[in-house]
Amino acid sequence: MNVLKDPGHKGLLAKLHLDGPLLAGLLLLCITGLFVLYSASGQHWDMMAAHSTRLVVAFGAMLFLAQVKPQTFSFWAVPLFLAGTAMLVMVLAFGHVGKGAQRWLDLGFMKFQPSEVMKLAVPMAVAWYVSSHPLPLKFRHLIIGFIMCAIPTVLIQQQPDLGTSILIFVAGIFVLFLGGMSWRIITALALIIPVGCYTMWLFVMHDYQKRRVLTFINPESDPLGSGYHIIQSKIAIGSGGFEGKGWMHGTQSQLEFLPERHTDFIFSVFSEELGMIGVLFLLALYAFIIARGLIIASRAQDNFSKLLAGSITLTFFVYVFVNIGMVSGLLPVVGVPLPLVSYGGTSMVTLMAGFGILMSISTHKRLLAQQ
Amino acid sequence: MIKRRPSIQDPAAESQMFNQRALFGFAVVMICFLVVVFNQYKLQVVMHDHYVTRADGNRIKLIPQPPNRGLIYDRNGILLAENRPIHSVELIPEQVKNIPEMLAELAKLIEITPERQQEFLKEVKYHRRFVSIAVKEHLTEQEVAIIAVNQHRLPGVTLEARLTRHYPYGELFTHAIGYIGKINAKELDKLEEEGVTANYAASRDIGKIGLERYYESQLHGQVGFQQVEVNNRGRVIRILDSKPATSGDDLILSIDMHLQQKAKELLGENRGAIVAMDPRDGAVIAFYSNPSYDPNLFVHGISGKNYRELLESPDRPLVNRVTQGVYPPASTVKPHMAILGLENGTVTEQSRIADPGFYKLPNYSRPYRDHVKWGHGWVDVYTAITKSCDTYFYDLAVKLGIDRISDYMKKFGFGSRTGIDVMEESAGLMPSKEWKRARHKQNWFPGDTVSLGIGQSYWSTTPMQLALSTAILLNDGLKPTPHMGRYFRNQSKDTSLIAPLERVIEVKNPNNWRISKEAMRQTLMVQGGTGFNAFKGISYSAGGKTGTAQVINMAANQKYDANAIREVHRDNAMFIGYAPAENPTISLTVTVENVGGGGANAAPIARKMMDYYFTRQSAAGAQP
Repeated sequence: MNVLKDPGHKGLLAKLHLDGPLLAGLLLLCITGLFVLYSASGQHWDMMAAHSTRLVVAFGAMLFLAQVKPQTFSFWAVPLFLAGTAMLVMVLAFGHVGKGAQRWLDLGFMKFQPSEVMKLAVPMAVAWYVSSHPLPLKFRHLIIGFIMCAIPTVLIQQQPDLGTSILIFVAGIFVLFLGGMSWRIITALALIIPVGCYTMWLFVMHDYQKRRVLTFINPESDPLGSGYHIIQSKIAIGSGGFEGKGWMHGTQSQLEFLPERHTDFIFSVFSEELGMIGVLFLLALYAFIIARGLIIASRAQDNFSKLLAGSITLTFFVYVFVNIGMVSGLLPVVGVPLPLVSYGGTSMVTLMAGFGILMSISTHKRLLAQQ
Repeated sequence: MIKRRPSIQDPAAESQMFNQRALFGFAVVMICFLVVVFNQYKLQVVMHDHYVTRADGNRIKLIPQPPNRGLIYDRNGILLAENRPIHSVELIPEQVKNIPEMLAELAKLIEITPERQQEFLKEVKYHRRFVSIAVKEHLTEQEVAIIAVNQHRLPGVTLEARLTRHYPYGELFTHAIGYIGKINAKELDKLEEEGVTANYAASRDIGKIGLERYYESQLHGQVGFQQVEVNNRGRVIRILDSKPATSGDDLILSIDMHLQQKAKELLGENRGAIVAMDPRDGAVIAFYSNPSYDPNLFVHGISGKNYRELLESPDRPLVNRVTQGVYPPASTVKPHMAILGLENGTVTEQSRIADPGFYKLPNYSRPYRDHVKWGHGWVDVYTAITKSCDTYFYDLAVKLGIDRISDYMKKFGFGSRTGIDVMEESAGLMPSKEWKRARHKQNWFPGDTVSLGIGQSYWSTTPMQLALSTAILLNDGLKPTPHMGRYFRNQSKDTSLIAPLERVIEVKNPNNWRISKEAMRQTLMVQGGTGFNAFKGISYSAGGKTGTAQVINMAANQKYDANAIREVHRDNAMFIGYAPAENPTISLTVTVENVGGGGANAAPIARKMMDYYFTRQSAAGAQP
């Protein structure tokens, strides 16, 4: 037994601070994603190369963060959160405008999207705050935690970027929930949220977002305008059937009736070409990754790690659910990519960075216990 | 930073609480995934067929393919209306690296005006990159050849050919065959009314006048379809299915191109019309109206200037004189009047009248002059026709009365359309008491009846009506339907267009037909007949009747002097005739406007037509 536990005889994965099952799930997902992208991009090799490069960078980021001890994250949580919030304010003040939204900060040598940093900084900071108090949380701590979630959410919503602001908000809220937010408050929120949504509709939401919601409720009302995306997406999914039309044989995707087919709507391509069987496989893969993430969280040895790991995992689920929900007509189109499958840079790096943190939490606990 | 307070924490309880929460979270995750699975099931299994239909609706498009229009041949198999390729040089923007450079290259090879080049560069901006755009249309054969040999140097440039109608004989058949032109809004409405718009999905042209219009539905053919897969921008990815267009049926005419040419040659510069018909079945052998115009001008859209010229020409070339020209029939209807007189018992084969050179109505002093000032003396029905005695027919007409004349002459087809296969047809006019009251708010005067006897007064006919009435007379009261279209031919079978004869006149005494025809034979074959000089020395037998129609009414005492009056007021020369006299195979109706007497001006034309016809026939018979 001692021999097996001897640090000198650790396997390669342990040496690299990687969690085997989680890594296997992520690799399988990314490989699946590459195949779908090859078809969805119309066999576009340049796009494949760019995506692969990002995958390498993203896995690099994961590997790097896996080596960092959880305490380090805890130490840097608040400074990162404050810096991120400051940058969000700067984006609104002098940000770079792209596609009608102000999301980028031009640092001179590179363009940078502070909202991506906040995707990790918010749960880290909230987890730090929550873990510094006994659990379950008291009401006033909840309020402060809530405000920590709300500030960046509102700032990002102003850019405007509804999808990211929702993701950041839920990432923080998940920490509060896992930290023991009382059921009474959860029930109360469940009642307040509809009212809040209505208030958002009246005072916060931009016209284009309202239009998306309206066409979500009845996409056929505007088949050539804003309803076009969702109608074409449902046609793609529905016409795929149980077995699918076959890889690279989707008519909706290959003939380009499907918009944004390699980014937000890649799930529709997947559904059309690989059918319900493929979808079940993909959902199983996501469920496996989420389950593994929650197991890592539950096995973590301090509250900060538990809360952060749990939040990262559940946020990952929100990505999956919002993306699939929006392309299949369950949710409004809010512009969230399908994690690790959609083509697109920053979000993938951020996601893998999150998994790097999970790896770190998963592999550093024994050392923690020894201290 | 706030200091940690680990002392009051309970790690075990906290851990348990966290695990519960995590488990709860995972339960929510699984519920959400179940919702997704349920929704996928709904879309991909339950509503699968619905979405397959819609996906196909997206990607499958029908591209109509125009049918080739049926060709038109004369009776000898000579092509009168054909489909010719017109060539254009086209360019596909996405296949050309530098469009202005390529355009300059093309302009070196063939002439492209700078204006056209500018226009083309603009067009490029408004078209999809994969759509071929014409750089120049209507290429000459030489230009086609130049582009063809340089093709390898011009990637993205293609030569395209499209079929359009061409009438190789130009103005010779314009009034008979007509022409096609671009479908206009009115015609589109009509197609919609008939419910055949789909059949015209790929067609640009439609028959505008003549046979092209009359037989439009058969000549046009059936549209074909190509079922193609397209992408979201409409680019054709591949062809899934195709149903080729069915060409229109070819139309074979009874017209003889050579005789038609002869008719044109004989009319020369004169305005007029010539109809040659086989009286046995109404088959039209020549159908020519002079002057004519080039139908090819209309196929590609005539210029405003050219059209105005045609419209404003005093010779009125746009009028189809064969079926739209209305002329007083004059003496050409005397044989018809004779039949009525004999049938009615008003005259007999032997009865005679004395002709002093004029006719007076009882109790009226106004004389109605004969064209022979001193009169014809004693005149029977034969002399009345051969010498074209006016007095005889003045007398006959008055004795018969307007009602009888009007009713009987309508049986010969006067006053109604003949049913010839062109739509541009006038009904002419067979006057009656009722008509005059309705039209002129006047009673019918006895004087009106007098001149009706010699085919004047209000009586007006088209050359085609005269030809038909002659055929009815020659067939002893059986009416053929005049037609130029003999039959339609497609791959599988021929469809005849010849209608059976119809009895329109019953006679008490069939001998009356013989009397009238014998008189017409004598008119041409016996010295003293008004057509004798014109037909002197023919190698066949023939019959006929001359006519000289007054264009303006002369005062009773006024003498006609051709030189003294304006050309347009001179008499029209008329002639109807047929050959061989015993068993006619061809009849001719000749109308020449404002040239004078029919015996001198119309009969010689008919004779030359017949000579030509029989010469060609015997030549064909000698060398079968």
